[in-house]
Amino acid sequence: MRELDVKVITENVAEMCKEAAYYLPDDVYRGLKRGRETEKSEVGKIVLDQIIKNAEIAKAEDRPYCQDTGMTIVFLKVGQDLHITGGDLTEAVNAGIAKGYTEGYLRKSVVGEPLFNRVNTKNNTPGVIYTEIVPGDKLDITIAPKGFGSENKSGIKMLVPADGVKGVKKAVMEIILHASMNPCPPMVVGIGIGGTMDRAALLSKKALTRSIDERNPMPEYAKLEEELLEMINQTGIGPQLGGTTSALAVNIEWGPTHIAGLPVAVTICCHAMRHSHRVL
Amino acid sequence: MTEALARGEKLPVDWKNQIVYYLGPTPAKPGDPIGSCGPTTSGRMDAYTPTMLDQGIKGMVGKGSRTPEVVEAMKRNGATYFAAVGGAAALIAKSVKKYTVLAYPELGPEAVAALEVVDFPAIVVIDCEGNNFYEIGQKPFRNFDINQI
Repeated sequence: MRELDVKVITENVAEMCKEAAYYLPDDVYRGLKRGRETEKSEVGKIVLDQIIKNAEIAKAEDRPYCQDTGMTIVFLKVGQDLHITGGDLTEAVNAGIAKGYTEGYLRKSVVGEPLFNRVNTKNNTPGVIYTEIVPGDKLDITIAPKGFGSENKSGIKMLVPADGVKGVKKAVMEIILHASMNPCPPMVVGIGIGGTMDRAALLSKKALTRSIDERNPMPEYAKLEEELLEMINQTGIGPQLGGTTSALAVNIEWGPTHIAGLPVAVTICCHAMRHSHRVL
Repeated sequence: MTEALARGEKLPVDWKNQIVYYLGPTPAKPGDPIGSCGPTTSGRMDAYTPTMLDQGIKGMVGKGSRTPEVVEAMKRNGATYFAAVGGAAALIAKSVKKYTVLAYPELGPEAVAALEVVDFPAIVVIDCEGNNFYEIGQKPFRNFDINQI
């Protein structure tokens, strides 16, 4: 059986936290450039120029793209034939987050308890860690730090089957209109349809790990992604101060659901659509 | 600070004629005055803002919408609200020359600090008469009605 020492996991997670904070993925950078070419608002063009320049500075100088370096979401796919040795997997991942955020001069934005005693944990742990067991002997890690300017504008709606496609569109657009310019557009919109309430929310997060240039493989969902993107770009929200580039992409993931339900979750991501992916 | 005022205490900083920038920067790398420092959501401050404007603040820099209560307090005090581009944190850091913590150092990135800036990129979004560019800027490009779905 293949063995993987937790120390290797910690080191990789630390590097990935820094990479994600400094380097905007190429697809998002190209999406911003395309938006700049088509943007109709003069102020919107100025805003997009600043956002593009910002990405270039962050990358060239190894600096955080945004000061909100987020709560660290970690998706782990653990091969069932992999033996993790030398310690606890969750602790190893959190140790990597603490190392990356400290060494990388990233902001520590996590409080240990949400309501009565909001004290900063000072190393950005714990991360939000999702673990899936899959065939194989590899460990697949995706790090997706999530800023809260946009997270606070996300939402979920428990529709009934009779609401159908029209209901889904209305539910999504209500959340987008309510969010307006607040989640730092141009946004990327992750949507989870189906499952239970919690599964829909998770699918909406997973949707954001897909490239913005890649549509859902099922044609009906691909068409819905395109239609929603067009609607969002006609709201006038634009790149924060009005315009036509309100969103770069809509990514939908779906899952089986109950005969009586149609959950729809929307995670809004700002233009800082940051990720890092490695297979160990 | 609003709690301290309610208790009748003096504030650690004189806010008269100052401009406040809402931000929580990343830690500075060695040799830099500040880390990445884009604006944070101004709406988080709305509950406290009218009281703070009455302390003499003349300008605010942040991102996102404000409540009607804040806009009223702006008109009452002749204050202006500027937007910095949300997320442009590495770019904005270039315009900050000095960062000095003045109060509440225990709050880390959320401490009250004095910033010295040159060519800081900001745009007026709500003026002291209540004109709102967030609304004005969106209108010409809005071609969507949710009731048409």
